[in-house]
Amino acid sequence: MASNAAAVAAPRPLGVRAPVVQGLATMYLGFVVLLPLAALVWRSSREGRHGFWQAVSAPEAVAALKLTLVAAVVVAAINAVMGTVLAWVLVRDRFVGRGVVNALIDLPFALPTIVAGLTLVALYGPRSPVGISAAYTRGAVVLALLFVTLPFVVRTVQPTLLELDREMEEAAASLGAGRLTVFRRIVLPNLVPAILSGVALAYARAIGEFGSVVLITGNLPFKTEVSSVYIYGQIQSGAPGTAAAVSVLLLSISLGVLLLIGAVRRWAWRHDVG
Amino acid sequence: MSIVVREISKSFGEFAALRDVSLEVPTGSLTALLGPSGSGKSTLLRVIAGLERPDTGGVSIAEEDVTAEAPQRRGVGFVFQHYAAFKHMTVYENVAFGLRIRHRPRTEIRERVGELLRLVQLEGFAERYPAQLSGGQRQRMGLARALAVDPKVLLLDEPFGALDARVRKELRAWLRRLHDETHTTTVIVTHDQEEAMEVADRIALMNEGRIEQVGTPRDLYERPGNEFVMSFVGPVNRVGDAYIRPHDLELCSEPNGSTQEAMVERLVHLGFEVRVELVRDDGTRLSAQVTREEAAALELDVGQIVYVRAVRQTTFTS
Repeated sequence: MASNAAAVAAPRPLGVRAPVVQGLATMYLGFVVLLPLAALVWRSSREGRHGFWQAVSAPEAVAALKLTLVAAVVVAAINAVMGTVLAWVLVRDRFVGRGVVNALIDLPFALPTIVAGLTLVALYGPRSPVGISAAYTRGAVVLALLFVTLPFVVRTVQPTLLELDREMEEAAASLGAGRLTVFRRIVLPNLVPAILSGVALAYARAIGEFGSVVLITGNLPFKTEVSSVYIYGQIQSGAPGTAAAVSVLLLSISLGVLLLIGAVRRWAWRHDVG
Repeated sequence: MSIVVREISKSFGEFAALRDVSLEVPTGSLTALLGPSGSGKSTLLRVIAGLERPDTGGVSIAEEDVTAEAPQRRGVGFVFQHYAAFKHMTVYENVAFGLRIRHRPRTEIRERVGELLRLVQLEGFAERYPAQLSGGQRQRMGLARALAVDPKVLLLDEPFGALDARVRKELRAWLRRLHDETHTTTVIVTHDQEEAMEVADRIALMNEGRIEQVGTPRDLYERPGNEFVMSFVGPVNRVGDAYIRPHDLELCSEPNGSTQEAMVERLVHLGFEVRVELVRDDGTRLSAQVTREEAAALELDVGQIVYVRAVRQTTFTS
């Protein structure tokens, strides 16, 4: 198996000594990420093992968690396909308005997610102008998550596709491969790591999304309530311990999935390590 | 399997890459498309392979008009300057690619790939990835990959251009031997006249989208059709309308009726030969080539006055 020799043998830093930079990075990461997470874990542990278990196994919490995870997986899968298609069109096709479409991709990033939620209510809500009422359904959850996670796969695949050696495709064609074969055997394998990076980001975002889903889904327990909204509800109703416990579970699952995707990506990228 | 190119023109926007080019590549030959960058040689090769569509004109391979055919159906093997290795596949899978998509039986593929890897001297590298190979190895893999599908013709686009001088020389000689064994009709694009002369039976010299001359390396060197050919295939001195090769300049220590005076400005010792840079009274510079013995006999030294005579010179009437 290929090793990460290149990553281990880091080049000498320019001027600043490595320990200083490492220390700074660690401290920053500690303050910004690890400390709050530790506080969260500590808060959830105050309820004791029994309290923790009770909190996370409450039927409403389990239903919310299930919905969140399933919706995130569905959204990540749709993104993997459609994000790649969009990136392909943006990189390989020449059409009028390409620049506009390209700019449009980032719009979900630029909007506050609550605005995204408002937009979706206006379009798919009870008084939908297009006659599609998706409000208060699980479909609405997926719809809202698709909207906010759109940029991830597009933006990770785009640069890879731009840099992809076109001569590989020409070589395959001259060897007799049709367009579909070229895409499947040559282009796609080279995009997989980028797609997985985008999928991981989209998945992580989908799990934690609050603003865009809170309006359109109606937050019906056991039906359209996602974990983030459930957690918010627990805090509102004076149960921060329960909220912390569910948060920790959500956090652990997310971490596990991200590590898994990272491992798959490294495996898919194994041939690039010299 | 011959290649016939008929009256091909191809423009990229305003730039005319090929202007009414016709060329015949005989069966079993190794032909070089030689020319400076931008002369259209790579475009012509890509047109033959079907990777570029010509604006006008046609291409036949093995007596079959393939102008309208996609590259997939032309039966060409193409080798790229920058290897175009399938970097997510092992060396074995790279070479096997053409056979796999033709759904050949597994045992046949294993045999054929093994045979090709032996041919290109990469037997021990089957399970490596292209990133783990040197440039020369990658290009040999590219050649094996192109040969795997038994192409009617082999097309090489500056195949050794990205390699260092020593490896380039080795691979050149190796390619020539390979061609002598397989006799696959081969076209190689190069900007290096030495490479073209060393490896090819025939050279088509291109300039500004046109073919200036086609012939054997010797033809081009000894009977150049115009000034461009004369000066591209080897070093040349220009004196008035006349072109003189450095080895056609004779140096004498004493004047006689037909000699001209010049001063030695610089001596370059290149092993067995010595290049003598001369400057005449009127400031024109000449470059002469003499053997080491001749240089010793004349006791050549910088600043010395010698007498120069052209043994042979070429003029073109335009």
